[in-house]
Amino acid sequence: MSSERRTTASTCCYCGVGCGVLIEHDGSRILGVRGDPEHPANLGRLCSKGASLHLTGGLEHRALHPQLRLGKTLGRTRTDWPSALEHAAERFTATIREHGPQSVAFYVSGQLLTEDYYAFNKLARALIGTPNIDSNSRLCMSSAVVGYKRSLGADAPPCSYEDVELADCVLIIGANPAFAHPVLFRRLETAKAQRPQMRVIVVDPRRTDSCELADLHLALQPGTDVALLHGLLHILLRDERIDTAFIAEHTEGFAALQSLVQEYPPERVSQLCGLDMAQLEQAAHWIGTATRFLSLWCMGLNQSSSGSAKNSALINLHLATGQIGRPGAGPFSLTGQPNAMGGRETGTLANLLPGHREADNAEHRAELARYWGVDSLPGAGLSAVELFEAVAEGRIRALWIACTNPAQSMPDQQRIHDALAACPFVVVQEAFAGTETCAYADLLLPAASWGEKEGTVTNSERRVSHVRKAVPPPGDARPDWAIVCDFARRLEQRLRPGLPSLFDFDSPQALFQEFTPLTAGRDLDYAGLSYTLLDALGPQQWPFPAGARQGTPRLYSDRRFPTPSGRARFIAEPYRAVLEMPEPPFPWLLNTGRLRDQWHGMSRTGTAAQAFGHAPEPLLGIHPDDLANLGLHEGDLVRVSSRRGSLVLPVQGDAGLRPGHTWLPMHWGDRFLRGLGTNVLTQPGFDPLSRQPELKLSGVALEPADLPWRLFALVEGIGLSHLDALRPLLVEFPYVSLGLLGRERTALVIRAARAEAPPQSWLMQLDRTLALHEPLLAYEDPEAGISKRLRLEQGRLTAVRLAGEVLARDWLMQVWREGQPVDVPHQQLLAPLAAPEGRQAATDRLVCNCLNVSASAILAGLQQGLDLSALQRELRCGTQCGSCLPEIRRMVSAP
Amino acid sequence: MNRPRLVMVGNGMAGVRTLEELLGLAPDLYDIQVFGAEPHPNYNRILLTPVLAGEQQLEDIVLNDFDWYRQNGIRLHAGRSVVRIDRARRLVIADDGTEAVYDRLLLATGSRPCIPPLPGHELHGVTGYRDIADTHTMLEAAERYRHAVVIGGGLLGLEAANGLRQRGMQVTVVHRGDWLLERQLDREAGTLLQQTLEARGLGFRLAAHTERLLGDKNGRVRAVCLRDGTQLAAELVVVATGIRPNSELAEAAGLPCRRGILVSDTLQTYDPRIYAVGECASHRGISYGLVAPLFEQARVCATHLARLGIGRYTGSLLSTRLKVSGIDLYSAGEYAGGEGTRSILLRDPVGGVYRKLVLRADRLVGACLYGDSSDSGWYQRLIREGASIAGFRDRLMFGEALAHREIHHVE
Repeated sequence: MSSERRTTASTCCYCGVGCGVLIEHDGSRILGVRGDPEHPANLGRLCSKGASLHLTGGLEHRALHPQLRLGKTLGRTRTDWPSALEHAAERFTATIREHGPQSVAFYVSGQLLTEDYYAFNKLARALIGTPNIDSNSRLCMSSAVVGYKRSLGADAPPCSYEDVELADCVLIIGANPAFAHPVLFRRLETAKAQRPQMRVIVVDPRRTDSCELADLHLALQPGTDVALLHGLLHILLRDERIDTAFIAEHTEGFAALQSLVQEYPPERVSQLCGLDMAQLEQAAHWIGTATRFLSLWCMGLNQSSSGSAKNSALINLHLATGQIGRPGAGPFSLTGQPNAMGGRETGTLANLLPGHREADNAEHRAELARYWGVDSLPGAGLSAVELFEAVAEGRIRALWIACTNPAQSMPDQQRIHDALAACPFVVVQEAFAGTETCAYADLLLPAASWGEKEGTVTNSERRVSHVRKAVPPPGDARPDWAIVCDFARRLEQRLRPGLPSLFDFDSPQALFQEFTPLTAGRDLDYAGLSYTLLDALGPQQWPFPAGARQGTPRLYSDRRFPTPSGRARFIAEPYRAVLEMPEPPFPWLLNTGRLRDQWHGMSRTGTAAQAFGHAPEPLLGIHPDDLANLGLHEGDLVRVSSRRGSLVLPVQGDAGLRPGHTWLPMHWGDRFLRGLGTNVLTQPGFDPLSRQPELKLSGVALEPADLPWRLFALVEGIGLSHLDALRPLLVEFPYVSLGLLGRERTALVIRAARAEAPPQSWLMQLDRTLALHEPLLAYEDPEAGISKRLRLEQGRLTAVRLAGEVLARDWLMQVWREGQPVDVPHQQLLAPLAAPEGRQAATDRLVCNCLNVSASAILAGLQQGLDLSALQRELRCGTQCGSCLPEIRRMVSAP
Repeated sequence: MNRPRLVMVGNGMAGVRTLEELLGLAPDLYDIQVFGAEPHPNYNRILLTPVLAGEQQLEDIVLNDFDWYRQNGIRLHAGRSVVRIDRARRLVIADDGTEAVYDRLLLATGSRPCIPPLPGHELHGVTGYRDIADTHTMLEAAERYRHAVVIGGGLLGLEAANGLRQRGMQVTVVHRGDWLLERQLDREAGTLLQQTLEARGLGFRLAAHTERLLGDKNGRVRAVCLRDGTQLAAELVVVATGIRPNSELAEAAGLPCRRGILVSDTLQTYDPRIYAVGECASHRGISYGLVAPLFEQARVCATHLARLGIGRYTGSLLSTRLKVSGIDLYSAGEYAGGEGTRSILLRDPVGGVYRKLVLRADRLVGACLYGDSSDSGWYQRLIREGASIAGFRDRLMFGEALAHREIHHVE
């Protein structure tokens, strides 16, 4: 194999912006990544996550070989592909024969490529005949799907990214694109810098970094979005800022909505939402007077028990003002995964069929059955929450999970873990061996991952990109479509012997070619696309019917909607409160959200130390006043409990929260935060239409956790591979958080606490597990339960293990990060000092991950009087990917 | 009117310090005579070690030169040993027949090396390590010979060994204990000390017993035979296996002695006119060999001699230092721990530091510091005063400054 450095154009595997990346590699290893200047989604830009893709997913984190266990209490052992898939086919056949096709299920992912998705859907519905195939997009986009379908007639975001640049007023509601869609946010920043008269309104209970761009931040009470949107429409109606001609000619159902929104006058809405009336008036005025009004939303609207109503209420605003189908205007749903759209297109959700068809529609089923050459297809199946409920109840007895991590991402984790433990046969098809879900795999199938497979993805603006393979998958790993087809062919021999194969695909292209005709004549028609065409013309937006020469940047410019009447529909649904109003005994509200440098369940980002620099540990955000009222200090441990479970973790004051609210990043799973992670607390209750759970809002109780015996360890040179050995040691700790730290030099970090000191022998075992060998600096006071160990190598601190008392943790971390020979007396390192003599205690973190600039460096710069451009010049922070710019601006403007 | 007569037997550090204290309290009270067996004025015996090591000269270590005696009206009989005390006539008789009548007698006769009666111990080149004469013997040997064996790995032995090594000799220390300074250090500190000294070129035989010394035809020692049969070449053998209080004079005068002249808390012997201080005295069963306790005795004794009658000597906290340059060690109290005690440890193998603090309940009762004894004064005080350390136990190890500093909790 040539070691020459080459470049392959592909796409980023994180969020739904769908940026083009240029993968630098030598034909066997990925060496670097750059933004693809040719890709229309990002025009060469990447965010902090995308720009560090090549640092993630090292071989030690990968599933490399099929592994099988023949009993739940046994360990998995390596096997080969034929044995693995024969075994799976045997188990699936036996389950289907004994319990019927509905007793098997597939739970797949918005990170699969369109071809993978299509193969899975055909396997489930056509070959097996089970309707039980759902995707993690259920947790993500299904409310938007319902919103678009019932308001506009089809699941199609009508806008393009360039509309962000063309709008006069942008409403960001229930989204934090500064963190979750940074490259799109950069485009908005640039546009606003060029046209400062552009108005940006951010609706979010929390003051996120996206608010740095906002002219107006509406910090509404969580879950009251429907009331707010109806209230805005109320004012627009009052002020006659609506497009009566558009309403008359292109919509239906306005009368019902008009009478409904009469019940939402500003007085009531300001009360319901906890907002000033002046703020409502201001927002309505900007929306009503904008020539081009665009809205962007994501999980804040979707992950809600009234997610469908929220989506439709927002689309109502666009229809009432005629703000759709024009440049710079429209309701633009942002997707959280790289190919959530592809899953919707291939119908890989329990209620869908390929080509934006409905599983409950008999005509659609018949059409598909004919196309696939099978007698019939099942109707709608179980959505994610219901599917795992069926697993828990034993109705589903064989479960195939691909490319997703439900043992981290589903709400009510205890129930999910119980279900997975009880399921007779669990197959996990996964690239990363360390995910929480892999622990439950009876059969682990190693999948190819980013840069190792070919196919297509569709981003938030309906743009289909050709995903290209740069390097071969490691070990025995195979592309997902190939695994599915191999398994399907083995299953066919048992379920339909003698009949022609339904899975005669030798390439992803073959799957693509079978799939795209299913879109022909439908709203998403991209029958005109092929790999060849994508390679020639670059990524294209659907519709792209056969014979088209270019894609479609904007839908509904003809003001015709894909409903039977051709009119868009106003949906009149009242505001309904969240499922768990904060009330005793769970009087606090827990909101969940995203960190800047982590992505989803951390299967990939959690493998790179650099991704932990910005937010090194799980912290529960709480308003500083609440902190004071509770008598708590930053870093104190609290037990946060919901009706479903509880976690122990440190608190962090966050003035961007409303009093009474708490906030926790959704990324932390059991791997990094003991107690099954964030989602042990969250809500499985879901929207009745979209069946998307209300992950965002749960009632919780807080109590100080009296766990005075603290443990902190930072050990250079070891990583996540030590977690398996560490976990049993930490069983008796109510609080354990694990993470990585560093860049060129990386370390494993452990934080833990318990009520009393463990026996001395436990510490010895811990030190052995952490490979802490003599000679070590040591401090021992066994009677007080205090024991500390430090390792110095060539004068440099390379390991810290503080037990019993961890005052020095932050500055020792800083000493390690600086990587210089220790310049304080060694004994000071062991002292109970928050900082050495003459130095300040520093709880530091990286702000600029690209150029390694810490918060303390920026604060020091600010103290010298530097402004933003001076900071960029002197420290170079925020000059590469720009993901940290909102935060730096916030620091500059802080009093 | 004639002043009362004070006679002091012995011209060492404890005795002269008592005179200094006395002169400070009551300059003209006594007519003072001093008998000293050595022909020198009072010198700092502790500093013989740097002299041996070549770090100081003899003249540097004189504490009170002959002028001092003259200026203070003290008659010094240098080089004269007192051979008898006649308590009935209240006079002392020196080896040259000189007699001195006393109203008060202060015995400060010190101690001498205790050389076990090993076969060959009378050979040339076998010496104790006590005074200027011994130091001369060793310095001469270091110029002419190559091999030295020091028997005894206690403080004195190690100082001698280090000095001889610095004078260019090949030195082996033969020690009965399992580790060096086993009466002052715990095993870990003793081992660290050994490693440091080994790095400086000293050799050690631990848990080793000397069987006999072999001589050459000129009657000079040539080798040391150990019980296990090993022979170590040695043209110089320094015996530092212990000291013996010089109490024979007092015993002959009928004063009760038991490993030293028994003294009360006012440093008086059975005969209230006769006081004893220093290494020759045995107070509450302890003969102190270190300078700090002797100075404490001197202070108390002086107040009584000055007829002030204030102060009692109730004993001293024993603490240890090794006068080997570059080696920093300290121990005090119950450094080895034991029943009912708990220890706090600090180890810095990179910096060569080991510290152990021994607690009984909330009180510091012992300390053993190696490599960094910077806070030994504070620990000494805490042990002596027996105050509770509960309020700063977590900072105790890190010294007085930190213990008293306001701690800002980040938790």
